[in-house]
Amino acid sequence: MFDALTGKLETVFKKLRGRGVLKEEDVKEALREVRLVLLEADVNFKVVKEFIAKVQERSVGKEILTSLTPGQQVIKIVHEELMSLLGGTQSKLHLSPNPPTIIMMVGLQGSGKTTTSGKLARNFKKDGRKVLLVPADTRRPAAIEQLKTLAKQVGVDAFVSESSDPVAICRDAKAHAERSLFDVVILDTAGRLQIDEPLMDELRQIKASVKPSEVLFVADAMTGQEAVNIAEKFNADIGFDGVVLTKMDGDARGGAALSVKAVTGKPVKLVGMGEKLDALEPFFPDRMASRILGMGDVLTLIEKAQETVSREEAEKLAKKLRKNDFNLEDFRDQLRQVKKMGSLESIIGMIPGLNKQKMADVDMQQGEKELKRVEAIINSMTARERANHTLINGSRRARIARGSGTQVQDVNRLLKQFVEMQKMMKMMKGGKMKNLGRMMGGRMPF
Amino acid sequence: MLNVIRSIRDGLAKTRKNIADKIGSLVLGEKIDETFLDELEVALISSDVGAQTTSLVLADLKERFKRDELGSPDQVRARLKTLLAEILASKTEGLKVTTTPFVILMVGVNGTGKTTTIGKLANRLNKDGKKVMLAAADTFRAAASEQLSIWGDRNDVPVIKHQEGADPGAVVFDAISAAKARNVDVLIVDTAGRLHTKSNLMDELKKVRRIIARELPGAPQETLLVLDATTGQNALSQARTFNESIGITGIVLTKLDGTPKGGMVFAITRELAIPVKFIGIGEGIDDLREFQAQEFIDALL
Repeated sequence: MFDALTGKLETVFKKLRGRGVLKEEDVKEALREVRLVLLEADVNFKVVKEFIAKVQERSVGKEILTSLTPGQQVIKIVHEELMSLLGGTQSKLHLSPNPPTIIMMVGLQGSGKTTTSGKLARNFKKDGRKVLLVPADTRRPAAIEQLKTLAKQVGVDAFVSESSDPVAICRDAKAHAERSLFDVVILDTAGRLQIDEPLMDELRQIKASVKPSEVLFVADAMTGQEAVNIAEKFNADIGFDGVVLTKMDGDARGGAALSVKAVTGKPVKLVGMGEKLDALEPFFPDRMASRILGMGDVLTLIEKAQETVSREEAEKLAKKLRKNDFNLEDFRDQLRQVKKMGSLESIIGMIPGLNKQKMADVDMQQGEKELKRVEAIINSMTARERANHTLINGSRRARIARGSGTQVQDVNRLLKQFVEMQKMMKMMKGGKMKNLGRMMGGRMPF
Repeated sequence: MLNVIRSIRDGLAKTRKNIADKIGSLVLGEKIDETFLDELEVALISSDVGAQTTSLVLADLKERFKRDELGSPDQVRARLKTLLAEILASKTEGLKVTTTPFVILMVGVNGTGKTTTIGKLANRLNKDGKKVMLAAADTFRAAASEQLSIWGDRNDVPVIKHQEGADPGAVVFDAISAAKARNVDVLIVDTAGRLHTKSNLMDELKKVRRIIARELPGAPQETLLVLDATTGQNALSQARTFNESIGITGIVLTKLDGTPKGGMVFAITRELAIPVKFIGIGEGIDDLREFQAQEFIDALL
């Protein structure tokens, strides 16, 4: 996501790192590079200008001269400023103390409002809330159909209305939600250009009529310099409380994230990381700033691991490790947990020191395929074989290979590596969960 | 024709204003110096022209400035126009239906306006007396084929579709058979929006293209990449990757009515020599225009 930016800043600061004493010109040169990088990343030029000025002001002078490692000091300042530009702390959605909480989605056409609405509905449902999805886009052909389909996929209600007036639809939906005790109502409005006055007025009317607790501005992470004007206009005309940055799973550097926050003061609250309904993640300014500076995104990785490796499973595994009876069944569970964390690519993107450029020659797709293959091999074993791998003789191996569509050599390799893994586990007998990650990441037998 | 120019001019008014303001401010006593060129750089960058193309353009202007060839804002403006025109030069051409069935494959990242553009394109071709058919090969997004069907109804053209989640390859296979059987002139294939970084989805697109080529040698005659004009520098990355994967013959620049931008087409035509064929300037069925480089630049400056 911010890989390219990270890479370039790293190059810039390599120069700084290598020097004992830091001069004003050095800072200036580094910042000139930072400026170009930010511009290429689609950060708005005005925002860049302010940012550079701030960093320069803070870098040149006492603070930097008294520092033992001036290069690191500059990185720290850039990082801090970047962080505060991104919003400082993480912002959550406002939930109304008196349900229903009404969330209104606004934005340009194609920014991803409907998909995000579906993802939000899924998240709320996961938290055990009763959600109503309201298709208020009466303009785009089949937009209502799209949201209804998403509602069905997520398993929440969609508000059905005969009306063609978005304001009336939203008002009726609110009344319906109040009567039927819904916890959350998500209003999916039509995409519109910020210069389309009648449509902007329609949004104002909806907002005035239903008084949402949260208006979310949905912005495409690939947006260029215009992001500033779009966001400013939406904020001035309608007023929003937070931003959802979509399509962050692409290779756009996402400068729009910086711009929007800088000009509206409204935080990015959520990030769209893919087309699937579970691909909506919280936005963490501090992590994002770290990521930009090449410090990786370890926290997100840890959080993902926590979410996917449930406590009980973890305890069960720890117990097994202590008793030395880690078998193929457990191994398969681990594989599945890794898979739940997301694609290998997204996991690797979060590990510090491993950026995409450096990993370019590693074929992630291939890795994913291997994971699948390993799982297929284990799936083709009987429960007894999984519990005790020593049972697996030559003919069983041949059967497993046939069953999983692999070669006997593949089965052999898996078993050999599994045995090695078992040995390793013995060595760290009594090991705690903190080692699990390393095992899962580093010693996967493929 | 006047209407066309006006709507494009209106659409691009903000871009024009932005750059013109920079150049215009010279008249108010400012002289052409380094500061002015820096300002010009900002103006170009703020139109999403991109750092590289901007520095190329500026290098030329600086060179001429040193040689005292640029004394007045008008001269700067003229030179800038020439420079930008050179970048777009001879890289604009319309869409000519040369054989039948003529297959147009529409691709792009999510939310750029592929389906809407198809609706407008079908309308254009219809008006030219062509028999058009649409293929709903976006089987992924919820209700995508319904959306295309509505455009089909509006244009009174048939839409070949399968169920959601079906194989897009199967859709195009059926569509081509149907197009041949019904003597269709133009078959427009709608595909699911996909981020160019997802190699499995790009592979799927390659497969769709392969099936088209296999079933109808020489097809698709046009593969159009639909780009959102509000997109920044990532547009180049999109164009590059789609071009490498399936070969792009032209670009459709959409949503040009709301944004003053579109500057990234300079970087794309400069690097990839892919012509811009159409621009989308509104949500109406008639809001698709043939791209005219001179017009675009005139509106810009």
